[in-house]
Amino acid sequence: MARITASVYTSHVPAVGAALDLGKTGEAYWQPVFKGYEFSKQWEQEQKPDVIFLVFNDHATAFSLDFIPTFAIGTAAEFIPADEGWGPRPVPKVIGHPKLAAHIAQSVIQDDFDLTIVNKMDVDHGLTVPLSLMFGQPQAWPCPVIPFAVNVVQYPVPSGRRCFMLGKAVRKAIYSYDEPLNVQVWGTGGMSHQLQGPRAGLINKEFDTKFLDRLIDDPEGLAGMPHIDYVREAGSEGIELVMWLIARGAMGDTDGGKKPTVRHRFYHVPASNTAVGHLILENN
Amino acid sequence: MSLDKPYMDVPGTTIFDADMSRQGYHLNQFCMSLMKAENRARFKADERAYLDEWPMSEEQKQAVLDRDLNRCIQLGGNIYFLAKIGATDGKSFQQMAGSMTGMSEDAYRDMMVKGGRSIEGNRYTGEKK
Repeated sequence: MARITASVYTSHVPAVGAALDLGKTGEAYWQPVFKGYEFSKQWEQEQKPDVIFLVFNDHATAFSLDFIPTFAIGTAAEFIPADEGWGPRPVPKVIGHPKLAAHIAQSVIQDDFDLTIVNKMDVDHGLTVPLSLMFGQPQAWPCPVIPFAVNVVQYPVPSGRRCFMLGKAVRKAIYSYDEPLNVQVWGTGGMSHQLQGPRAGLINKEFDTKFLDRLIDDPEGLAGMPHIDYVREAGSEGIELVMWLIARGAMGDTDGGKKPTVRHRFYHVPASNTAVGHLILENN
Repeated sequence: MSLDKPYMDVPGTTIFDADMSRQGYHLNQFCMSLMKAENRARFKADERAYLDEWPMSEEQKQAVLDRDLNRCIQLGGNIYFLAKIGATDGKSFQQMAGSMTGMSEDAYRDMMVKGGRSIEGNRYTGEKK
């Protein structure tokens, strides 16, 4: 039986990817950001996950306005790092896990979540920056990844409640898979940031801190937070944080198990326009 | 009956909802076309001619020519799509975001280094700072 051993939460700021790719990690501006992930890289080497179910959003890269899927699961054998206009990131291609992805799609759709199934998709910084932060700069990513894209670009995006419930359904799907796989579920994006309009540059540390606290201790309550609170308090792009609730919903305590252990917590302002938040929770 | 849009009173913020997306469809798809190098080259060679290939409104075309991102957003543009124009111009995301605030590039960067724009006074339109 496959099992979920941990969930990882992290921002996916594109400038962080650029800093890595251009060898700027030692600069005073970037040092504090990368320091926050030193523990995480070491931890991943010990954890040796077999598969990562990676929740992210596409930023007008694979999905234009021609199709806007709310939830899309990548079932392909591989996914190519996209050219977002500055050239593709020099990172390894992402190897999928079509068998587990198809299993999850079947199970989750039967649990009333109408996923879009994607067999061809280039992946942008939303997916590759978290991989770089957690695994550094290897020749190949250490394990297969199932990309799970959420629409957080065009409103209305799925509610926190819907994301949390989806996480539970993903958990059920993974635990009904026969192979003994060590699976991690990652939620990415956020934290507070706004990239548009005269209010661009908004950061709300108090909101972010409380969000992290509640994600750990009160995810059910946090899932009830309406969209407008994200928009008003965390900025128009801060709404990406609903994706963290998918990963949180996949943890054991939502299914009668024990509370997870906080292995790592990190917060820093700024990375470009954004507050960087990061959390690792281990299932017990 | 009208739809519930509780985000209309957030200052300096336009929410890209289904209605804005409808208005901005061709503008955003034009931006998307700049993902291809040959299209970037053609756009740079003659911006007006390239824009005229798209069924965009005159206001939308002018806002692109002016690189007025706030106006583009008012007319249905979305920042992740508009970013393709910035990439074509060789601008970073921070330069683009900053250009919408009325601040200089340095002042915007300094504000971010000091913790970003405060939420205080920035929750509701007309709120006292």
